[in-house]
Amino acid sequence: MSTVLEMSGVTRVYPGTPPVPALRGIDLRVDSGELVSVVGPSGSGKSTLLHIMGTLDRPTSGRVEVGGFEVGRMSDRQLSALRAQRIGFVFQQFHLLDAETALDNVADGLLYTGRPAAERREMAAATLERVGLAHRMRQHTSKLSGGERQRVAVARAVVGRPALVLADEPTGNLDSASSESIVELLEELNAEGITLVVITHNPEIAARFPRQVALRDGMVEADSAAVAVAL
Amino acid sequence: MNGPGLSPSRMHLADLLRTSGVGLRTRKLRAGLSALGIMIGIASLVAVLGLSESSKSDLLTQLDRLGTNLLVVQAGQGIGLGNAELPDTASAMVGRIAPVEEVSAVGDVDANVYRTDLVPSSQSGGITVKAVETNVLETLGGRVASGRFLDEAADEYPAVVLGSVAAERLGITSLESGALVWLGSQWFPVVGILDPIDLSPDLGRAAIVTVAVAEEYLGYDGVASTLYVRTDPEWVDGVMDVLPPTVNPENPDQVEVSRPTDAIEAKAAAESAFTNLFLGLGAVALLVGGVGIANVMVISVLERRSEIGLRRALGATRRHVAAQFLLEALILAAVGGIGGVLLGAGITAIYSQIRGWGVLIPGLALWGGLAAALFIGTVAGLYPALRAARLSPTEALRTT
Repeated sequence: MSTVLEMSGVTRVYPGTPPVPALRGIDLRVDSGELVSVVGPSGSGKSTLLHIMGTLDRPTSGRVEVGGFEVGRMSDRQLSALRAQRIGFVFQQFHLLDAETALDNVADGLLYTGRPAAERREMAAATLERVGLAHRMRQHTSKLSGGERQRVAVARAVVGRPALVLADEPTGNLDSASSESIVELLEELNAEGITLVVITHNPEIAARFPRQVALRDGMVEADSAAVAVAL
Repeated sequence: MNGPGLSPSRMHLADLLRTSGVGLRTRKLRAGLSALGIMIGIASLVAVLGLSESSKSDLLTQLDRLGTNLLVVQAGQGIGLGNAELPDTASAMVGRIAPVEEVSAVGDVDANVYRTDLVPSSQSGGITVKAVETNVLETLGGRVASGRFLDEAADEYPAVVLGSVAAERLGITSLESGALVWLGSQWFPVVGILDPIDLSPDLGRAAIVTVAVAEEYLGYDGVASTLYVRTDPEWVDGVMDVLPPTVNPENPDQVEVSRPTDAIEAKAAAESAFTNLFLGLGAVALLVGGVGIANVMVISVLERRSEIGLRRALGATRRHVAAQFLLEALILAAVGGIGGVLLGAGITAIYSQIRGWGVLIPGLALWGGLAAALFIGTVAGLYPALRAARLSPTEALRTT
């Protein structure tokens, strides 16, 4: 099983007086095909960790490797290409373009890959079908329910079969029924081979996933995989 | 370290256009208003250029038609000169100047003209009486509106032709009923009415008789006050110089020579001065339009932070983000520019039609107007676009 994400000694200090350390030495490895939950109280550094995993932010120190690429040595343009082709994001606020249809929103997941428009739409249509929204394809996303909107966002994240999908509180804005269906969708996608890291503060959801990483004060407090190895 | 399979982030031009249009499609009113600012600026520039060009070309056609080779010789009327008259020999002498093609003498007759003999003699209506040679109309390039001009046959009998203004003041609009005017102390039949004569407003306000009739019936002394001279166009300046000594060898400084078309040329020059002023005003309007676009774009970048963050997460480079917002500003400016060019051309066409000018819109105004709009759009969009590009992805995605 190949490594998708490897972090060693990662710190992130936000400048200020005094400087605010958000991450204080994270060592973490995620292998291909894993489904990992990251839990922790607010302020524990979950979002910062996700941003650094997704190359949206750079660590103050330490080493990050995503999909075999060492992030520290890459330019902003190279990181953009890495995000376009290897990383998918799901946000708590969905971040859909409501002026566009569900299909176009999903196809936008491939916008910066250089694939031709017809191919993007074809892949988007297949992915929407996969998440059970074939009948909503032509609808503007503003007309969809919260659960449906997050399904569109998930479809956008996985449409290019990225090496790593990062989800930041994907159920945070949803009622429990929609929440359940999104978690089930994530589990199904993982079963189909998608590697997923999901930030959540919902312990029930976290407990369902095969591996849990707990953060506290910018450090890994517990990692079920490490425990398994130690045992 | 570029591993296998990672190619640079790429975006098709059609997609760039589409993403740039999103902001405009979702905020139509705002986009329309800011494009309107540019449109007004461009329209005023195009209209000013078009109108000035159309009016100038009208003046030039007028000059062409009138000919710039007509000179007017008059006795000087300065202080201390009294009511100087041209010498008797003037007309004949001028006719001997080689480049002179035609000379026509006009004299003032001391008489008044009335519609009937019942009008008190003090109410002359400002109409003068002029004694002319029969070639004067040809020399001036004038035309008869109705009837005919004076000819040799008319020399023998009293007959009068009215200038356009004179006819109007006397209330004579048609010759059908055999109009008569009371001139001096007898009735004269009106044989013709003139069109307005651009080069000699004097004759337009006059009742015109032949020299022979004036001498016989109106006590005219035969001394001309004005000579109209047509010269070879190549020699106008030379003729102007020799006219005073030719007309009055003893006192050349008592002779005034003028070129009536100078006034029209001066008018054209004055209009160019106004054109520059209005062009300046149009440029200010355009600048204000540009500021409007910059303003809208800055607001747009602020409002669409999360979209910028999303696009960065989806793999857009800074350049893609900058290009998207710059292109959005350019589309706004182009829409305004095209609208402005059309509006400006329309204004020019309608106004020129009303004034009876030929419509002439310089190509420079059309292409220049569009180019100016795009330039303004680029300048206005550059700062907001760079601001959008510089936004860090994490900051853009932060919603609180």
